[in-house]
Amino acid sequence: MIRKRVKRSRGGGFELRIPADERELLRSLGPHMRTVLTDRAGSGEEADEAVERLFPVAYPDDEDRQTEYRLLAHDELRASHLGALAVLEATADADRLDEDQLSAWMRAVNEVRLVLGTRLGVTEEGDERPLSARDPRAPAFAVYDYLTYLQGEIIDALSG
Amino acid sequence: MTTAPVEVKEPEIDEVVTPDRPWIVIVWNDPINLMTYVTFVFQKLFGYSLEKATKLMLDVHEKGKAVVSSGPREKAELDVFRLHEHGLWATMEHDS
Repeated sequence: MIRKRVKRSRGGGFELRIPADERELLRSLGPHMRTVLTDRAGSGEEADEAVERLFPVAYPDDEDRQTEYRLLAHDELRASHLGALAVLEATADADRLDEDQLSAWMRAVNEVRLVLGTRLGVTEEGDERPLSARDPRAPAFAVYDYLTYLQGEIIDALSG
Repeated sequence: MTTAPVEVKEPEIDEVVTPDRPWIVIVWNDPINLMTYVTFVFQKLFGYSLEKATKLMLDVHEKGKAVVSSGPREKAELDVFRLHEHGLWATMEHDS
């Protein structure tokens, strides 16, 4: 039986029951994403489609306003993405989280899913999945699926 | 090559005539964000009921997009920003 990993506590806040190897994985996401977000994001040229997914276009039909939006919002958006990842990293070993911290986990986990899912070419149908465990993409799909599962638990706990 | 009549583009004119014409914020479907997540974000950011948030999420999922909020440009832009913070694919345009 699979134990719930995130549970709302009666006394307020949330209880985490996450195995050590999963915490190790969660901790490793921060440094990787930080590199991705700091090196590539918004450089314009050489834009990485997966990273750009975290910086969507606000004005698709208005180039001037889009340029302005990007100038105004881009750094703040990146800081916000990095902030959520920093909370996940700093509390990866915690037994309890408050609501703000768990909300940051939710956003950080989703950021990684968006980048990873875009790289893997995830579709709604799911027919892109490798059939063999020896497929070189299999580990990345395993991480993606785990994060999807964890995010579901986080949303359940926050909504409950 | 075509000989279509020349159209003079006057993109600013609408704003001059109707400065209060609201902006609408649109969320587009994507294959990665979870349905439960999208519903949760609509509730959290806009204070919508579970019923309203679920209906908007289903519109996004089934029709490909939904208008999730509207208002003056500054308000719409802030809504877009907050949706981008949550990884949703949001754009804004003048209501037609």
